[in-house]
Amino acid sequence: MLVAKNIEFHYIKDQSFIIPDISLNQGEQLLILGKSGSGKTTILNILGGLLKPIMGEILIGGTSLYQLNGASLDKFRGKNIGIIFQKPHILSPLTVEENLQLANFFSGANGGKNEILLKDLGIFDKRKAKVNTLSEGEAQRVSIARALANSPKVILADEPTASLDDDNAEKVVKLLKEQAEKFNAVLIIVTHDQRVKNHISNQITIGGEV
Amino acid sequence: MNMLKLSWKYLVAKPLNTGLNIILLALGLAIITVLILIQDQFEKKMTRDAEGIDLVVGAKGSPLQLILSSVYHIDFPTGNIDMQDAIALSKNRLIKNIIPLGLGDNYQGYRIVGTNYDYLELYNAKMGEGKIWEKPFDVVLGYEVASKLGLTVGDNFVGSHGIGSSSHEHDEHPYNVTGILAKQGNVLDKLVLTSIESVWYTHDEGHDHDKFEKSVSKSGFPETDEEREVTSLLVQYRNPMAAVQLPRYINSRSALQAASPAFEISRLFELLGVGVKLIQGLAVVIIVIAGLGIFIALFNSLKERKYDLAVMRTLGASRGQLFFHIVLEGVILTVLGALVGILMGHLFLALLVMQNEQGAVSGLTSAVFLQEEVWILVYAIMVGIIASLIPAWSAYQTDIAKQLSKP
Repeated sequence: MLVAKNIEFHYIKDQSFIIPDISLNQGEQLLILGKSGSGKTTILNILGGLLKPIMGEILIGGTSLYQLNGASLDKFRGKNIGIIFQKPHILSPLTVEENLQLANFFSGANGGKNEILLKDLGIFDKRKAKVNTLSEGEAQRVSIARALANSPKVILADEPTASLDDDNAEKVVKLLKEQAEKFNAVLIIVTHDQRVKNHISNQITIGGEV
Repeated sequence: MNMLKLSWKYLVAKPLNTGLNIILLALGLAIITVLILIQDQFEKKMTRDAEGIDLVVGAKGSPLQLILSSVYHIDFPTGNIDMQDAIALSKNRLIKNIIPLGLGDNYQGYRIVGTNYDYLELYNAKMGEGKIWEKPFDVVLGYEVASKLGLTVGDNFVGSHGIGSSSHEHDEHPYNVTGILAKQGNVLDKLVLTSIESVWYTHDEGHDHDKFEKSVSKSGFPETDEEREVTSLLVQYRNPMAAVQLPRYINSRSALQAASPAFEISRLFELLGVGVKLIQGLAVVIIVIAGLGIFIALFNSLKERKYDLAVMRTLGASRGQLFFHIVLEGVILTVLGALVGILMGHLFLALLVMQNEQGAVSGLTSAVFLQEEVWILVYAIMVGIIASLIPAWSAYQTDIAKQLSKP
């Protein structure tokens, strides 16, 4: 489903970092652990089609990500990759529901699952609410719902628990796992958060031990 | 969800900013709308009222005043001329037709014009009800005069001296309404028409009742042995040669003055043109400021929105869509501004007309939509696009990875 081969990237010449090859089948989960500044987010950006690597290839469902260009990469990303960030980044002029609908619109999906998603994540009551009325935990769940709104094949989460307390962190990781299983999607969580460690057994560590 | 809704949501999220920009633009465009409406109707009205009149002859004075008083009935007459001079002039072979006018009285601010049947024919006036005047003191009312004052055929009223409504009244002899004209859409609507004789006899001291029963003249000058005056003469040329010779011939005679409506009106527009240009310039400045306002608003909001834009990209939006998203915001703003502006312009003109029922703008209407107003919309959209180009380009350039890695 998701294959990363010979990926190499550098921001400054001579400081390139090599990213371990990754190969995940449908429904498989992976935890990438690393200290701050170890390039975790960079890996995620590369996997998510947001940052073109210097070398190497990413294959998602047989499509080579960086062979696509411009708008078709954007469309592909919208349809097949759901990205969750450290901060929720809900678009504040829109309601919860509309944030999901926007994801549907940009990828051309019909959004039939939005309601079930919101119910599953326990934010259905808040569907008409604006983001500034939501709690931190609720907002993060909205961002998960939005990432899943197009039933993606790959779910990428960048420090999804960093700004949450223990309770919410646990909930969010569980939700992510549950939903990934439900969609039979690949789940990759990038984090330095030790609390996540026990939830996913398949782990790689970059930039030395955490 | 679609692009229009998305842009709209972002605009409503900042109601004050959005409202201010719309109002500013609307103000500029409202001024332009009013100017366009007035200019168009004023010119049309001026040309329509002067149609068929090649030359106006009257007492010496300002030629513009002569035209304004005798053709448009909005200024004071320059004085009276001796009828013998007028008759002598009418024998000139360069003149095809000559219509005498006797001005100077009014009823409730509506001017009483003493003339003959030729004047009605000049404008192809049709009677609405009743019949045309036959005897002295018979009058025919313009459509607006009858409807505004609530007069009908058979009613009597007393005119007053002067052309404003508060002058002293002639209590000697009342006028008798014999007919009301159909709606003309020109200057006749606001006039009280009668024979030259009526105007003479109201001002006479003595009462000669025999005279009052005689029929009045239908065309040309009334026959009389007395020394009589008229106010002005509307002249039609027999041939193009007359345009060259006649004015010079008349003006060289001491007592008379000739003025061409076409020439005087274009001179008037030239004089007004300076003022119009000034207001136009002001409107353009306001529109440019409004455009700048939109640009600054979009540009500032972009700083806060870089994150949102990057998120949209991760959700599948292309660079082009982001560009379009920002341009659309500018265009929505300006289209709304244009619509509000056009509406405001019409409203403003309606108010202006309501407050000046008998003045120069009274014949104008705000209930017309001109083709130029579509152009206002087009210009507004152009302002919107231009104002949003740079912000939109900056949105187009958003580096998603870099933006999202920012804390």
